[in-house]
Amino acid sequence: MAQAGLLRALPALTLVAMLGPVAAGLAGTLLPAFGHMPAIGAHGPSLAPFAAVLAWPGLGAAVWTSVFTGLLATAVSLGAVVLITAGWWGTRPFRWLERALSPLLAVPHAAAAFGLAFLIAPSGWLARLASPGLTGWERPPDWLIVNDPWGLSLVAGLAAKEVPFLLLMTLAALAQADVARSLRVAQALGHGRIAAWLFCVFPRVYAQIRLAVFVVLVFGMTVVDVALILGPSTPPPLSVQILRWMGDPDLSQRMTAAAGALMQLALVLGALAVWIALERLVARAGRAWIASGWRGRGDGVARVAGLLLGAGSALAVLGGLATLALWSFAGYWGFPDPLPAFAGSKNWMRHGPGLRDAAADTTLVAGIAVALAVILVLGCLEAEHRTGRRLHARGMWLVYLPLLVPQTAFLPGLQTLLLQIGADTGVVPVIAAHLVFVLPYVFLSLGDPWRAWDARHAGVAVALGAGPGAVFWRVRLPMLLRPVLTAAAVGFAVSVGQYLPTLLIGGGRVATLTTEAVALAAGGDRRAIGVHAIAQTAAALLPFAVALAVPAILWRNRRGLHG
Amino acid sequence: MAEGLKMDQLKITRDGAPLVAIDRVIPPGRVLTVMGPSGVGKSTLLAAITGTLAPGFACTGRIILNGRDITAAPPHSRRVGILFQDDLLFPHLSVGENLAFGLRGGGDRTARRSRIDAALAEVGLAGFADRDPATLSGGQKARVALMRMLLSDPAALLLDEAFSGLDADRRARMRKLVFDRARARGLPVLMVTHDRDDADAAGDDVIELRPGAG
Amino acid sequence: MIRSMLLTAGLALAALPALADPDPADWDAVLEEAQGQTVFWHAWGGSTPTNDFIAWAGRRVAEDHGVTVEHVKLTDTADAVTRVLSEKQAGRDTGGAVDLIWINGPNFAAMKDAGLLFGPFAEQLPNWRYVDVDGKTVRTDFTVPTAGYESPWAMAQVVFMHDTADLPDRLGSMAAIRDWAAANPGRFTYPQPPDFLGVTFLKQVLLDITADAAVLAQPVDDANYDRAVDPLWAYLDSLTPALWRDGRAYPANGPAQLQLITDDEIDLAISFSPGEASTAIETGQLPPTVRTFVLDRGTLGNASFVAIPYNSGAKAGAMVLADFLLSPEAQLRAQDPAILGYGTVLDMDALPAADREAFAALDLGVATLSPAELGQVLPEPHPSWMTRIAADWQRRYGTGQ
Repeated sequence: MAQAGLLRALPALTLVAMLGPVAAGLAGTLLPAFGHMPAIGAHGPSLAPFAAVLAWPGLGAAVWTSVFTGLLATAVSLGAVVLITAGWWGTRPFRWLERALSPLLAVPHAAAAFGLAFLIAPSGWLARLASPGLTGWERPPDWLIVNDPWGLSLVAGLAAKEVPFLLLMTLAALAQADVARSLRVAQALGHGRIAAWLFCVFPRVYAQIRLAVFVVLVFGMTVVDVALILGPSTPPPLSVQILRWMGDPDLSQRMTAAAGALMQLALVLGALAVWIALERLVARAGRAWIASGWRGRGDGVARVAGLLLGAGSALAVLGGLATLALWSFAGYWGFPDPLPAFAGSKNWMRHGPGLRDAAADTTLVAGIAVALAVILVLGCLEAEHRTGRRLHARGMWLVYLPLLVPQTAFLPGLQTLLLQIGADTGVVPVIAAHLVFVLPYVFLSLGDPWRAWDARHAGVAVALGAGPGAVFWRVRLPMLLRPVLTAAAVGFAVSVGQYLPTLLIGGGRVATLTTEAVALAAGGDRRAIGVHAIAQTAAALLPFAVALAVPAILWRNRRGLHG
Repeated sequence: MAEGLKMDQLKITRDGAPLVAIDRVIPPGRVLTVMGPSGVGKSTLLAAITGTLAPGFACTGRIILNGRDITAAPPHSRRVGILFQDDLLFPHLSVGENLAFGLRGGGDRTARRSRIDAALAEVGLAGFADRDPATLSGGQKARVALMRMLLSDPAALLLDEAFSGLDADRRARMRKLVFDRARARGLPVLMVTHDRDDADAAGDDVIELRPGAG
Repeated sequence: MIRSMLLTAGLALAALPALADPDPADWDAVLEEAQGQTVFWHAWGGSTPTNDFIAWAGRRVAEDHGVTVEHVKLTDTADAVTRVLSEKQAGRDTGGAVDLIWINGPNFAAMKDAGLLFGPFAEQLPNWRYVDVDGKTVRTDFTVPTAGYESPWAMAQVVFMHDTADLPDRLGSMAAIRDWAAANPGRFTYPQPPDFLGVTFLKQVLLDITADAAVLAQPVDDANYDRAVDPLWAYLDSLTPALWRDGRAYPANGPAQLQLITDDEIDLAISFSPGEASTAIETGQLPPTVRTFVLDRGTLGNASFVAIPYNSGAKAGAMVLADFLLSPEAQLRAQDPAILGYGTVLDMDALPAADREAFAALDLGVATLSPAELGQVLPEPHPSWMTRIAADWQRRYGTGQ
């Protein structure tokens, strides 16, 4: 009975673990934003911090960069995913792309951004490979590619990482839609492949991936590490400027930072409103289009574009990783040498001790956060199964909420809160902060396969005399071992990639591979960055390999589990 | 005497609206066939008896199995066996482990193993204990599912379109296998089907459920 | 009566943390208390040689004094300042996360003003006796008296690194640098203010082209500000179009410039460490053709310090580490260009003969100027100039795209 009570409490506990820190952090941001910060003798309320933000001359450009890069990166990633799935779903190139893109989901954003920067800079690897033979360049051209004022490099870096994310979300949604038959019907009515997809499949799929698209939009507008690496700097996007205010030696600037954070929150809500308005427009245009009887038979160009975008996303990340790997073994590497002097394992030896410590911290934090997340999520899903109350649309918003609130808006306030309850240092609060971001992803990865499980198996097991506990442990969990491990791997990758929560909540005492890599990024030492980014990527990818290998070995004689 | 499966003034409602009402006794070894179009509540009736009604559904009345009122008993202690159209063998367990799952506790390893081997032999599957269920044919799987259910020593047997997945030839043989064993064990059988042949083969009572007949 | 007793008790309680602080004058007690402590040293982590040096120093104090050092690698020193401030805000006055900070300039001024530092301690450290208090600016930090609240550990002086493959000869003034940049567009840049080195570049320009440097030693005021800095903006207006990427993007900090020279994107860059180029050549981070020069009228110099937050839980250990950094052993290693190439803060004449000879025998490296060649060291302006110039730079050049 006590066990049942615990199980019933788990959904509430999960919500608290996920939303409590967000709410507390937002409250902690609110006070300084209105000029209340007793530690430095500021007693509000006052609008001075907002006035300070408004007086910052870079505000207009920074806001524009945030909104522009966020919306464009989202539109490009979504467009690419739609073209890929619409043009190629069910074909051999699609399966190839799916296989190439899926593992890229785990590559940490920062590592992908470093890789891209090393690849596309005027003195980057692509230019080196082509110089001086093809280009005639003895010196790199003075072109502003990385850190361009429009933020196009930032958009490229974000899109390269978001295409795999949205593609996987789309595939999950497709599994629930009756795609093949809809397509056959539409094509029989004379529609081209892409038109058939857009008219018949996309609306259903979009309804399911909509919140994920919102997450991409918010992430693109508020990301810090990728913007530091690829984004413009004169001025930077608003999120980076908020971090600068937070780090200003003039301590009153922290109130400016808090006000900026609230403005960013408003900006994010505004951008979401714009996106929702765009959704309506597109839907209306789409209906008019369908009504016009357009069949879209000549869609070859669009199909090729989709394939190129997907392949481009994969190549940008994979090529970047290859560059990082080269740098991690590089001695002196001047322009335009296509390959570096090989330094053997020197760079790795040099950073070895630090890497070991960082890897240990990374594993500890990710391991515990993921274990907690998996337990909580399994508990929620099991409670959902036993009570029969399914999470409805509003519940899904709650799951997505931690991903929809900008990190810069609540993490500083959360830091203050943790200090006040005396839980400021060490690994535990960092794990709690990671849990906020790990939980939603574990929930999202596990929810669908868990619910898609044929519940009649439970009915049979119960009829055979198995109690609810036995059904869970002896039937459902083993049958769903692979999705559970995959969800754990997703959670692990999310934890490995966290920069701001580790930095702010850990007070610097928890050094993960990601905080080490971004700290090194400031110094521009490509060998050190290469070593750390490769280690970071490996830490994120390894659990996926485990998630593939364990069920494959355990169930090697169980063909029914390899569907 | 209250032997058999008694559905006493059983009424199932969905969100308050009446769906199925039934008041019958199925004596040991007899078959009650329930027919009717899809959506009429046939499977819901079975779920009420196994105790796995989905939320939104409610039932009043009593279910009495061999004199024991199981209306409020937890599903796993009702001793009601069920077979579905799909075999629903657990794919992560071998054939033998699937049967062991159904086998009630007790007895040492050897005794349990020999009961499983005997059950397999009984349906012509001797030596299949270590096989992966996914490598079995449809008919073989159906027989394993039947034996798994029988090994759990049920006091009643529910059939939810249990023969619909089989071709005509296998279907007749499977029906015979099931009904023979139910009669031999004196189990009351409640069969839900949309196939008149199933009802004819049972050769027993038939009720037709009609939409809104509540 | 009762009230006064309560007051006394309250005062005694309030004084307790202060009483528990180690007294640097009783060094044996400090050493004893330090045994077994862990010192979280918050120091900028963007430079591999520096990180290696810090790791070495940590191993040495662990061997000698049983003090464990954890290097918390910062992207920005202000992060540590912010951290201590948050702790004060939350009332966490003991056992804070930061035990030692690599600090100077405005960060020091801000922490000292806000009462966030422990001290005075620096001038009671045993190795303080070797410090060159007369010849080097180790008792003021950007004109602000250190008053024993921070301990120096390295001297820095502005030098310019040039790739002799593209720019063979030294340039003697900021005007000459601008003229060369105009003739070779896209081949020069500087770190983006408010990066420390970027603002240093601005100050270096100002000192080199101004007629009246004395005003810069005073706190900035509205009356003298515009007149003093107008020549700087005029200089930058003419320089910016000739910069790398037309001045629309800048390297994030000093080491990022090294990568740009190696990538052959630029030929000239500023450095705050006379030995940095030699060290970077050793590690393959700079091409072997790089050399350094200083300006005819001299270049800016200052010291790097370490300070201890008021709420550190390992003050004794932090002092032991600060003292170790002043030891001839650590200073010699820091000055070795194969290791770090930082200037020493010690007075050669005060050292024992053997240490003096070891310093004299040090090969400073191919790209490092001798102390004589480094020429005159110009003092830092008051920190208020730095803050204001950095803010104005951002308004003029940092937000226009």
